[in-house]
This record gives sequence, C-alpha cells and structure tokens, in this order.
Amino acid sequence: MVEVRQLTRYYGSFCALEDVSFSLHEGETVGLLGLNGAGKSTALKMLAGLLTPSKGSVQINGHDATAASEKLKATIGFLPENVPLYNEMTVHEFLRHAGRLKGMTAAAIEARLPRVVEIADLLGREDQVIETLSYGYRKRVGIALAVIHDPKLVILDEPISGLDPVQIVEMRKVIRNLAKGRAVILSSHILGEISQTCDRILVVHQGRLVAQGTEQELLPDQGLRLQIVLRGDGPTIEGFLSEHAGVEGFELSDEREGILTAKLTLASDTRETLVADLVGAGIGVRGVEEAEDELEAIFIQLTQQEAA
Amino acid sequence: MNILTIARRDFRSYFYGYSAYIIIASVLFLQGLFFNAWVLGSSSARYSHEVLEDFFYLSGGFAIAASILLTMRTIAEERANQTDVLLTTSVLTEREIVAGKWSAAMGMVTLLTALTAYMPALIFVNGKVAIAHILVGYLGILALGSAVSAIGVFGSSIFRGQLAAGIFTTVLTVTLIVLWILSEITDPPFAQITSYAAIWNQHFTPFQEGRLTLTSLTYYASVTALFLFMATRVLESRRWE
Repeated sequence: MVEVRQLTRYYGSFCALEDVSFSLHEGETVGLLGLNGAGKSTALKMLAGLLTPSKGSVQINGHDATAASEKLKATIGFLPENVPLYNEMTVHEFLRHAGRLKGMTAAAIEARLPRVVEIADLLGREDQVIETLSYGYRKRVGIALAVIHDPKLVILDEPISGLDPVQIVEMRKVIRNLAKGRAVILSSHILGEISQTCDRILVVHQGRLVAQGTEQELLPDQGLRLQIVLRGDGPTIEGFLSEHAGVEGFELSDEREGILTAKLTLASDTRETLVADLVGAGIGVRGVEEAEDELEAIFIQLTQQEAA
Repeated sequence: MNILTIARRDFRSYFYGYSAYIIIASVLFLQGLFFNAWVLGSSSARYSHEVLEDFFYLSGGFAIAASILLTMRTIAEERANQTDVLLTTSVLTEREIVAGKWSAAMGMVTLLTALTAYMPALIFVNGKVAIAHILVGYLGILALGSAVSAIGVFGSSIFRGQLAAGIFTTVLTVTLIVLWILSEITDPPFAQITSYAAIWNQHFTPFQEGRLTLTSLTYYASVTALFLFMATRVLESRRWE
C-alpha cells in the first residue's frame, strides 16, 4: 500500500535521513522507533508531504506521494507531535473546518463526524471549546483531525508524548482501533509503547534504518525473556534453573526474606512447563511476566551493532 | 470554495482575542478625532468636495495602518502556533492559502472602511458632493488597502514573529510611499519609474479627488498580485527548507 524507497533528506550538509526503505500494508500499525534526533519526524514529514525528499520516493497505492498532489493529500492523515489546533473553536467546529480543508463536502463531514468522535473517544466533548480541553483530550482531537477524511494512511508523530499514565492507556486503545482499513505509522522513543500498539517495528538510528520486523523477528536468537518472582532459598533456585533444559540463561536478584526475582531466557516459549517444574520442585511461583526491558535490549543491541 | 474556507476561519479569528475590536475601535476613534479636528476644523470656508478629499486623504492613511496591523499575524501566527501544518497537509494549494488569508484581511479592511461611512454622510447631508466622488474615493481606499494587505501577507509569510512581519511591512510600505520623493530628485527614466511605483502620490490622489483612472486601478491590482504571488512562492519553498 505504501512503498518507501531510499528516502534521504539533507538539511544543508547535514544528513537527517539516509536511504530508508520500507513498506506499509493495510490494517497494519507500524512503529518508528529511535532516539531523539534519529530522523523519525523527518521521515514522517516526508510521508505527509510536508518536506520534499533530497532523494528517494514515497508511493501510496502506486502514486508518487512526494509530489504532494491535492488528491494524494486527501488520502493521508497526519498528527504532528504538537497538535495543531485552533483554540477558539469547539471540537465540532474544528473538525468541520479540518474536513473542509481536506476537501470534504458539508454533507460528507456531517456523515463522518459521529464515527470520528467515536474513534477518537471524544463523546460528550463535541461542543467544548478546545482551549478548555486537557492535554489528553487535545491529543484525541488531533487523532480525530488525522482521520476526519477517512485516509488510507495515518501518520502519528509521538502520539503518546506528554500524556499521563491514564491518558496513555486510553490513547493506546484509540491507536489500536485506527488501523482498520488503513495503514498506521507512528513514531515514539518510548519503547514499551511501540511494543504495545504496533504490529511491526522500524528502528531508526542516526538517520538510518538499522532494523525492521516484529519484536520476535528482531530477537531471533535470544529466545523469550521472562521475569519470575520466586519463593525459596537462593541456592536451591539457582541449582534448579542451572539444570533446567529449557532455561538458556538467568540472573537472580533482590533476595529478601526468601523472595527472589529471576530474569531468565527460554529457548522457546515454554513458560507453562517451567512454572509446573518449579512448583513440582517445591519452589513457589508468585508472578510471571515478559521482561519489560526486552525492547530496550533490542534497541541497545541494534544501535550498538550499527555503531560498531 | 477552498479560499472561502480559509477566509471564513481567519475572519472569525480576528474577533477572538479582541484584536479586531481593538483595531476597529482605535482606528475609528483616531479617524473621528482627526476628522473633526483637522478635516472639519478648518477656520477658512471650503467647498464640500475639498472637505471630502481631505477625508479620503485621512482615510487612506488609516487604511494603510489598519492593513498592516491586520495582516502581520496572518501566516506568522500560524507558524508560531504550528497550526500551519493544518494548511500544508490540506488539499489547498499554497496559492489558495495565501488568497484566503488576504481575503480575510480584506474583509476586515472593508468592514472598517464601511464603518467610516458616517463621516462622508455628514458632508453629504450638510454640503454638496457627488455620490460618485464618495464611491470612487472608497474604491481607492479599498484598492490601497488591497495592495498594502498583500504586502502584509507577504511580510507575514517570511517571518515567524508578528512584530517582525509588521515592521517589515511598515518599512516596505513607507518605502513605496516615499518613492515619489525620489522621482523629484532623479532623472528620467528613473523619475518615471519611481513615480509610477510610488503607492500613494500618483495613484491614490485621483481616487481622493473622485477621479477613476484605469492606470491607478491596474497599479494597485498589480501590486496586490505581485506580493500575493511572492507570498505563495515563500510558502512553496518551505517544502525544500
């Protein structure tokens, strides 16, 4: 659906993005992961037609998007990091204005508004003046802005940034619902967010695409990393994990009154077997979850490889 | 239709934050003050058409000031608030965006100009002037306002800050006004060129006197088109920055 080929952008002599190629498919949510200044926003701005590439091409359904034709702009929805809002308008007034800017007729806008309000979870806020909305709701109006014209490609630049934990959970729900019938690409430097909202990850570092794939594909040889809270004495647990066939490696920490946390790597996802074996060996299992630092591990590994 | 979308939003936005009220009230107050003290306050007896000419002379100056104040925010404010993304990702062309911004400013200039109608009405009721003189005079004010508004939109497209845009527009407009002085001290053909390029002396005076001249109308239309075109090019160039 979207084909990006050798996308390159210079600002003067500084190369912000170099030879980046990837594709996006309908129904897919793709995360652009990278540190601040990695080139994420530059890439998204070129996808949105805001910047002209120094080299390379962006094709949407076979049409050259870098030409930024008016017809093509109508198929793209873009939410920049700082949501562009007119504070004096109500949510409905603003969305109507945004629809007109996207070339929609008045009838089409009125027909689309209820669905957009539902997608962005703005029910009950339609007549509220934007200036009086909380930051989280302003972001949601931004999401509504990006999909008012039912675009084929939705581009979200750091949609989670600045939100509080409750707003983050709500925004995740909104983003997950966006990909139905369209492709979504979002950028973030919050690694956990990419993992929770995206089907695929593009890792950008110093202007170059250093890896792309699902989280599992990016960690092909590292197995499954788990964090398990165990009850028992240290030597017994250490001995059990050392001898267990499914465990490739582990580290124990936080020993406190017989409670230990084990971070371990399994060759494959055999967590149920491992838990059964632990319980069978008389070791208490208080909690099992995937290690939170998995994406961080991917990212650090990939960027270190690139630097080397 | 696209131009109207921009123009309607911009026109309404003038009334948000009181900027329109402040500009309109200030201009009407000062213009009323000058009208009474200077135009009507002359000790010697004058014909009504001379009083009307002075009114249009005064109104021309206020139209220039109002146009600068109204246009300095148009594009600069969008950039400063980062709402320009709404426009650049829309289906509108840069030409339509610029035309919409200029149209909104011209709507305000027209409204402001219309609100001064009570002054020539006073002259009309108490004296003897031709309605055609009033209409041509107002056409001149709108033509002058159109040209200065276009310069203002161009200034606003260059700068991110409203103040810088306003100062730039003021300097450019004043330069265009005083070009006629240059025409007095230069030799042909520069004298003719600077005289024709001057935004006030050669072109506004006929309107002020109630004379409709195609040359002056063409001049104001050309200045408007030129600066709107340059503003469009500035916006287009942003994609390559």
